[in-house]
Amino acid sequence: MAPLTRRRLLRAVPALGLGAAALHATVPHSHGTAAAAEHEGAHAAGDGAPAAAGHGGHAGFRGGEVDHRANGFDPHEIIRDFDWGTTSKLPDGRTLREWTLAAAEQEVEIAPGVTFAAWSYNGRIPGPTLRAKEGERLRIRFVNGGRHPHTIHFHGIHTAPADGVLGLGAGEIAPGASTVYEFDALPFGLHLYHCHVRPLAEHIAKGLYGAFIIDPKDARPKADELLMVMNGFDTNYDRANELYAANTIGFAYAERPIRVKRGELVRLYLVNVLEYDLINSFHLHGNFFHYFPTGTSKKPVEFTDTVMMCQGQRGILEMRFPHLGKYMFHAHQSEFTELGWMGFFEVVD
Amino acid sequence: MEAAGATADHERDTGAMRGVPGWVLGLVPLLLIIAAVGSFAALGGPGLGERRGVPVEELAVERTKLVPGTIELTVRNDGPDPVSVAQVIVNDAFVSFRGAQAPIGRLGTAILAIEQPWIEGEAYEVALLTASGATITHAIDAAVRTPVANLSFYGLMALLGIYVGVIPIALGMLWLPWIRRIPASWMRFVMALTIGLLGFLAIDATLEGLELGGQGSQAFGGTALVFIGAAVAFLALTGVSAWLRDRRRAGAAAGASASSLATLIAVGIGLHNLGEGLAIGTAYTTGALALGAFLVVGFALHNTTEGLAIVAPIARSQPTLGRLAALGLIAGAPAVLGAWIGAAAFNSSVAAFLFGAGAGAILQVMVQLAPTLRDEDGRMLHPRAVGGLLAGLALMFATGLLVSV
Repeated sequence: MAPLTRRRLLRAVPALGLGAAALHATVPHSHGTAAAAEHEGAHAAGDGAPAAAGHGGHAGFRGGEVDHRANGFDPHEIIRDFDWGTTSKLPDGRTLREWTLAAAEQEVEIAPGVTFAAWSYNGRIPGPTLRAKEGERLRIRFVNGGRHPHTIHFHGIHTAPADGVLGLGAGEIAPGASTVYEFDALPFGLHLYHCHVRPLAEHIAKGLYGAFIIDPKDARPKADELLMVMNGFDTNYDRANELYAANTIGFAYAERPIRVKRGELVRLYLVNVLEYDLINSFHLHGNFFHYFPTGTSKKPVEFTDTVMMCQGQRGILEMRFPHLGKYMFHAHQSEFTELGWMGFFEVVD
Repeated sequence: MEAAGATADHERDTGAMRGVPGWVLGLVPLLLIIAAVGSFAALGGPGLGERRGVPVEELAVERTKLVPGTIELTVRNDGPDPVSVAQVIVNDAFVSFRGAQAPIGRLGTAILAIEQPWIEGEAYEVALLTASGATITHAIDAAVRTPVANLSFYGLMALLGIYVGVIPIALGMLWLPWIRRIPASWMRFVMALTIGLLGFLAIDATLEGLELGGQGSQAFGGTALVFIGAAVAFLALTGVSAWLRDRRRAGAAAGASASSLATLIAVGIGLHNLGEGLAIGTAYTTGALALGAFLVVGFALHNTTEGLAIVAPIARSQPTLGRLAALGLIAGAPAVLGAWIGAAAFNSSVAAFLFGAGAGAILQVMVQLAPTLRDEDGRMLHPRAVGGLLAGLALMFATGLLVSV
């Protein structure tokens, strides 16, 4: 008797008997399950369908929300938190705007019950959303509180010594050391900053990045302004992300939707810093938006509901919601969506 | 001189410990060991400092059960540290699941009921995301509904066991009258053939056991269980046969040892068939086994040889029909039991142990049978015996191919 060879080779034997036929007859059909029905129900409901209760059949975490208080930051606050720094007047009459950013190492609960050994600027991921006006002088003091060398590399127009890379200016900032990056706020638009120390992928993926907004001299129209930094986390260090999100915590805006007013102009500053995946995207349900790539022009290039970005790409989205109810947004990479990068706008009066 | 010195020491010891009962001398070191280990643990390992490195998180999936809309995994913690399953990802999507709310302790188990509207025949990769962000992945090559273990299911498994175990062996035993007629020299050929058949089974069981031992939880020894199982069965059967021989010697007739040898062979083959049934039951539940007439015919041809092995040693005695039936059942019925266990509560560690036990039992039987090969000159590996051994291996190999094709 040869169970070994039998068992192996039997897999190739065509289903001759009654057993296999019986198996086939009892096969479940996925479309008939309760979960699928629930899924459709949530989609159809224009108003008030509880997204939080089992995510309305969508992919989701067990255990609801993470402990934002323990993390020290909350994506529901980050989304409308713009850091204007402190200002003073230079002798020539220009405004000098200053910030201090400190790199640190911290444990972050990125999904309920899952902690990640992260690196952060000012104790939050993404780091503070630095906001200035076009043409101002900017001075950013950087303190490295981590155990590895770090920098801040800004996207923008500046001199080489302020670039925040190895071998230029202060170069890599050693643990415990500090430096100052100084440059003019140019050009207006939506930019980003991140650590630029090798291994680069790791220094970025661990959380050292943030958004950097330069408002044009003649300001954009008044709007409800939001910030989303699209990111992900490689928790098992296989150079592929286990979790995806906007503003770090997956499904955060599915658990608690972002409230916006009907008819009001909503301006979304959208940045992609996602490491390990070639592209990311943003797709909005039930509505379209005007898209301003990099925010460097006040004329939109497209009226669409989906934009695609590689790492470092960013843009401004402007929209008005004509109808009440919940409108989903997510990466239109279904994998990212179901691994956390999904949320809802809740339109109210 | 040395002997005298040793005796003097011994006397001095007994002198010092005079009046202390022997069991106390045995107990004192044991108590000291317990006290030392206990205080070491209570003090948290003084001098060792803090632990270095991250926790080692290991989970082995011992059982996969698929019911409509749900994938149920039974996991066991293989590693030294507790494991918290924080989230579950199926095919790159977070999913809801029940179970394992608390961390799973060392060697502990948990059942995860994962909500997944799976589709028949498709592949799924389940990743268990632990509290530290590590992932433990489990592949389901082709999703097939796990049969519900009801009465008709157990009936089917019993039928399968009877087809592959009981009937072929009973058929094989029908060679008894023919064996009785053949001359002594050809009888040695038949015995060698039997040993050859058993040798093939022993190798086969070992390989199967090693494969199973390599799967699933390694916490209980993994492939080592095959060898432990083999040693246990070998020693147990050796002990039993020695005990039987003692009893017979006390007042029994000649031919009894041949009868006990037949029993031992039946037990050995029975253990092997238990493993065989286990493998079949498991394969059936995981959808890897396609049942068909051809398969059953193949099994029948292949396994009739086992019946021959049982009756060969009792060819010269006069066993009753009831005794023959009992031998057949001892050898064949475990296949039914194995199929039940394999289908209802498969555990690769237990299976590896059982396959090892089967191999050990067969090895013991081969050792017992070996003397029957001796010819008039006392040679064991005479041409006819070698021919028989090779024929046995060839027979098993060839009929094995029939089943495999």
